[in-house]
Amino acid sequence: MFGLDKKDTSKLIIVACLALLAPFILNPFPTDSALAQFNAGYPDLMQRFVIFGIFAIGFNILFGLTGYLSFGHAAFLGVGSYSAVWMFKLIGMNVIPAIVLSVIVAGLFALLIGFVSLRRSGIYFSILTLAFAQMSFNLAYSVLTPITNGETGLQLTLEDPRILGVSATADGSIPVTNLFGLEMRSTFEMAVGPWAFQFNAGYYLCALIMLAAFYLSIRIFRSPFGMMLRAVKSNQQRMNYTGLNTRPYTLAAFVISGMYAGLAGGLMASMDPLAGAERMQWTASGEVVLMTILGGAGTLIGPVLGAGFIKYFENIFSKINDNVLHTWFSFLPDGMEDAVVFIIHPFIGKGWHLTLGILFMLVVIFLPGGLVEGGQRIKGWLSRRKSKDGGKAAGETNPAE
Amino acid sequence: MDAILLQILNGLDKGSAYALIALGLTLIFGTLGVVNFAHGALFMIGAFCAVTLQRILNLSFELVDETQKDFLGNPLKVKTPYVEAWFGPDIGGSIIDWAVPLAILFAIPIMIGVGYVMERGLIKHFYKRPHADQILVTFGLAIVLQEVVKYFYGANPIQTPAPDALNGVVNLGAAIGMDIVYPVWRVVYFFFAVLIIGGIFSFLQFTTFGMVVRAGMADRETVGLLGINIDRRFTIMFGIAAAVAGLAGVMYTPINSPNYHMGMDFLVLSFVVVVVGGMGSLPGAVLAGFLLGVLESFASMNEVKSLLPGIDQIIIYVVAIIILLTRPRGLMGRKGVMEE
Repeated sequence: MFGLDKKDTSKLIIVACLALLAPFILNPFPTDSALAQFNAGYPDLMQRFVIFGIFAIGFNILFGLTGYLSFGHAAFLGVGSYSAVWMFKLIGMNVIPAIVLSVIVAGLFALLIGFVSLRRSGIYFSILTLAFAQMSFNLAYSVLTPITNGETGLQLTLEDPRILGVSATADGSIPVTNLFGLEMRSTFEMAVGPWAFQFNAGYYLCALIMLAAFYLSIRIFRSPFGMMLRAVKSNQQRMNYTGLNTRPYTLAAFVISGMYAGLAGGLMASMDPLAGAERMQWTASGEVVLMTILGGAGTLIGPVLGAGFIKYFENIFSKINDNVLHTWFSFLPDGMEDAVVFIIHPFIGKGWHLTLGILFMLVVIFLPGGLVEGGQRIKGWLSRRKSKDGGKAAGETNPAE
Repeated sequence: MDAILLQILNGLDKGSAYALIALGLTLIFGTLGVVNFAHGALFMIGAFCAVTLQRILNLSFELVDETQKDFLGNPLKVKTPYVEAWFGPDIGGSIIDWAVPLAILFAIPIMIGVGYVMERGLIKHFYKRPHADQILVTFGLAIVLQEVVKYFYGANPIQTPAPDALNGVVNLGAAIGMDIVYPVWRVVYFFFAVLIIGGIFSFLQFTTFGMVVRAGMADRETVGLLGINIDRRFTIMFGIAAAVAGLAGVMYTPINSPNYHMGMDFLVLSFVVVVVGGMGSLPGAVLAGFLLGVLESFASMNEVKSLLPGIDQIIIYVVAIIILLTRPRGLMGRKGVMEE
């Protein structure tokens, strides 16, 4: 389908189902049950899932294919957000021009940074991108305040011109982002028995764009261009010796992944029209690195999984508190219950980053291929056990013959 | 003229922190070939050693003093630190007052221990892995260390004052007939940094141990073939590098109240410093540290800022980018080190 082979088609279909049915999948608990707080099926969070999914897919095109580890990708996301918000301020509240502009601006920005940074490789490349990202972050905070509004962050106001729209709605409030009239925040609620599912227009827009982005990344992975990038990863020197200039390829990969980041930034601003410099900080770049590695760098589905995993558990873990733990472990004897809660306490709530850090270290140490490799190992282990059992069974029947 | 001298002082002072951290990073990189993103966390742990010692020294017991009354007429509870009770109020009080300098002694064994455990427990397994993996795992470690510190000490900056005697200002220009007033502690920090840097260099230059380490940096395999256990020496160097970062952190606490993410803030800058100086070159790291410090403080002069707005925020990165593109090995990088 769509020029993909069977395996890739099934991957695309899996991701499509996950994305389109997310309001159901993420809402497994009835609203009035005790576990309802672990539901993640509300629009804000689901939007973040897919937006960070796009960000990670794009990062993976650079890191997974070429092996260039960029520590400055958040800069592109930030630039994308800023340009989208400016579009809302100047043109109108339709998201299409905003998203298009954010992709273009982030692409140009990536072209500039990539052109300079890609002259070096390895650790130097990481540090150059880090330096560029920190530079943009510092500039956004200080000199560029007229464009970025400094620490407050860029927000919409009633005085914005919005030449294709209105500066203020009839009742004097700021208009909301929309897609040709379809408001991004409009949500259709469906109550099925005790469950309440929310279908949000903005989420579905993001999800469709994410699917398109995912499809594009599959095509890139399977194209001759993708093969060239993999060759760069495995041995760039040999490529150069054969008389081939690898830089246009790596630069193209860098710009594409920068555009993905810009797309994510534009969507982020479309869902919630504000942009702040903290989105560009290098720890934000670190986050997308975490997502990609955790899911599995260089695999197709890994970054999506990683982004979903981190954002989901970030949300869930920060919600668990000591009371919840006490109810969970209430079956234990009193002293033991307190001890268990005491041990788990540092890892939950505000301690989520600690859990994330430990998890990330474990993945890098033991599972360099991320969750995807973990899945494959389990699958391999299961099938080996099965075949061993089969062999044994066969062995046992043999003497009887 | 005064202003320029003052900026040079400012720069040397800022630069000494950069130089110390970069020196530790380069020691680790030059010996073990590992890119340590957790180095900023070591700096932070050092700073929290000072906080811990200060808290230990301030541990006190309460006594009800019948002779004094508080404003409600109840007997006043007087807190007395154990140290004051043991050594008398004079000596005890000054011990508490000098907590930060004393923390140097406290921090050295702790930092060497932390470094040793880190190298043996984690980094040892990453020598053969690609640099990207080393960056990632140490980045994860940095997050973990930072969160652990946050769990125990909270997220707010903690005040750790310098001793009263070193808390004031001094007029450095008096001898040459100029007026350059400067905080004493910053001068102390500069000389402390120079002392540590000198100590590390002479340790490497004039001791047998240092000689072996330098030989190992140049050609690890040959040194190993000569029957020297170079790994053990490199582990010790990792401990020393951790101690250098830790001491830089200890002494930095009075300048900037330590908080859990101070390490991350310094990490990026110190990496830039290392790259500008040249990966694996110790003199390069020190030189680049001071150089970038001075450049940064000149860029924050009002005259310069009015000419090029915002330059103070980005000067370090601009210099780093220019240097990396024109002199790929950095200022004093050696041939064949990290040239991919």
